[in-house]
Amino acid sequence: MKRDQFRRPDHANETFIMTTVVGSYPKPKWLHRVRDLWEDEESDFDDENWDEATDDAARVITDEHERAGLDVLVDGEVRRNEMVEFFAHRIEGYEFNGPVKVWGHNYFDKPSVTREVAYDESWLVDEYEFAAELTDRPVKVPITGPYTLANWSFNEAYETEEELVYDLADLVNEEIEKLVDAGARYIQIDEPALATTPDDHAIVGEALERIAEDIHEDVYLGLHVCYGDYSRIYPEILDYPVDEYDLELANGDYEQLDVFTDHEFTGNLALGVTDVHVAEVESVAEIKENIKKGLEVVPADRLTISPDCGLKLLPRDVAYGKMANMVQAAREIEAEIDRGEIEVSRTPASAD
Amino acid sequence: MTVVTTTPGLYPLPDWAKEALSGLKGHQKHDLIGGDEGGEIADAYGDVREELLVDQTEAGLDLVTEGQARWDDMLAHPLAVHDNVETRGIVRYYDNNNFYRDPVVTGELTESGDVARELEAASEFTDSLQAVLPGPYSLADLASNEHYREDDFLDAVAEFLAGEVEAFPAHETLFLLEPSLVENAPGDGEDERASEAIDRVAAATDAEVVVHTYWGALEEKVHAHLLDADVDAIGYDFVSDVDDNLYNIQEYGTKDSVALGLLDGQNTRVESPETIAERIDWIGERLPAQEFDTTYVTTNTELFYLPENKYKEKLAALGEVAARTEVTA
Repeated sequence: MKRDQFRRPDHANETFIMTTVVGSYPKPKWLHRVRDLWEDEESDFDDENWDEATDDAARVITDEHERAGLDVLVDGEVRRNEMVEFFAHRIEGYEFNGPVKVWGHNYFDKPSVTREVAYDESWLVDEYEFAAELTDRPVKVPITGPYTLANWSFNEAYETEEELVYDLADLVNEEIEKLVDAGARYIQIDEPALATTPDDHAIVGEALERIAEDIHEDVYLGLHVCYGDYSRIYPEILDYPVDEYDLELANGDYEQLDVFTDHEFTGNLALGVTDVHVAEVESVAEIKENIKKGLEVVPADRLTISPDCGLKLLPRDVAYGKMANMVQAAREIEAEIDRGEIEVSRTPASAD
Repeated sequence: MTVVTTTPGLYPLPDWAKEALSGLKGHQKHDLIGGDEGGEIADAYGDVREELLVDQTEAGLDLVTEGQARWDDMLAHPLAVHDNVETRGIVRYYDNNNFYRDPVVTGELTESGDVARELEAASEFTDSLQAVLPGPYSLADLASNEHYREDDFLDAVAEFLAGEVEAFPAHETLFLLEPSLVENAPGDGEDERASEAIDRVAAATDAEVVVHTYWGALEEKVHAHLLDADVDAIGYDFVSDVDDNLYNIQEYGTKDSVALGLLDGQNTRVESPETIAERIDWIGERLPAQEFDTTYVTTNTELFYLPENKYKEKLAALGEVAARTEVTA
């Protein structure tokens, strides 16, 4: 089974609930200062210094994930500033005009597609290879999906956004092939824009078909969608060619859980079990109750748990606490299942 | 035909102000505008207001808006700063990647004078002032209600907005922005009430009133009811849906004046003045039975979605249209 490759050899319980994070993580404070230096034209802080600093930050965060006990790690996306901007800088055809509002005083440098997009330099292979060298645990690679790359940009060049999405899907496919060649086996495609424009779920599906076509059989593909009304895209998304759906439900106190129980959930579920917008660490007991919500949707061998979304806006000690408690909660639930204290069905993952 | 160039307001902050105000106010929910700001924050907004008014005047627009730079919560602003409204969780602003604080009405919606004060300050810089407010249906749709009987809420919001308008200084036009009439269309009975609520707000001013709709076209019945409202013009979004908006006007007619949303407020691709003029002609040719008193030419949506440089280029293109119309008139 694809999921078994992520089970650690020393995993103590028979039951395996995979633990991971969505991707981003609070950057060390010093890295923000270093970025200011690097971006200061009058400073002599050059690209080489910046690379060294981000390597160090990746070491720190990967180690932090390992210490928290996660089964699958990420490097915290320490080299990335924002989930569209980072990629748009590496794709031919994009231009930047300045920051635009998201909410309040939070902005992002929303790029414009001004001509046909094309693959230029590698996006994530160096990042993956570096992180994979740091640990003997599997490293997940989050990558922004083609729909979000298109929808969160200004389209000046293409007749329709759909055409842009498919061109970008070809580029994402090219990058994923390179990542797979480099050894990556867990790829998470981030498509938060789907939650804002649910009517486009068929376009997202077609883009994912292009990405998943001919992909290596051992590669485990995840899809992350957050902050929206899931009833507008479910159960249609079950037709997507992915192994796992990573969903944000803790933030809404699992009010949307019914959406996934009314119609059988046939994929693997990566469930958000800690709220990334609450700056307090949920207790192990509380997280265990949240994990049990996931068990109402899928059996344990098809359940992955993670925070709702990226942790990057939280204080670092809170982010660490949430991860550590989440892992402990998962291990306790596994043991309780093994002892028969929690009744769950056991079915093979249909997506495998 | 008189062509009048304008915008539905809600401008992006200039880049200097994005940085300055985020430094002064902070990034979190509780740092957003409360309506009682003073000192450096109020001064910064004063500078922004003047800059936005100068931008519009220099571009040559016929009507200028205050710019609504203080409206952290976009259209929900008039409630978000109200004493009897609590702002709670962050919720999505329509189907955009933008969010605002959920305004929860917990007490009586008395007049606040917040927007009137903005307009007073703006009127020092222009004689061609256009006021901008959310329409009552959209504002009620964006808010939560814990005080009024559900059936009374829309009327209460309309009454509140009418009170705000009564306090306005002299203004040439009032744009009532009603995207919810498209995005979350009222059902049977509610459509009629939505138009009556708009009527109530429009009656509070002697200025020309334009009800601007966007993100598609109105359902036929909603459009028909909106025509019953005593307003001077309805605005149509000819960027996101040309066919259905044309159909509505061809089939049901419209008011004596019209607003045409011809420039894309959500895309950095800048329409040339020639393109805008061609679009005006193209629509005119398809509405041979209609002779409009005034054709307001505008962006389809608010402008805050754009980066600073592109919003200015859009204003310049609109201004060019105004200049050309004056030459040919």
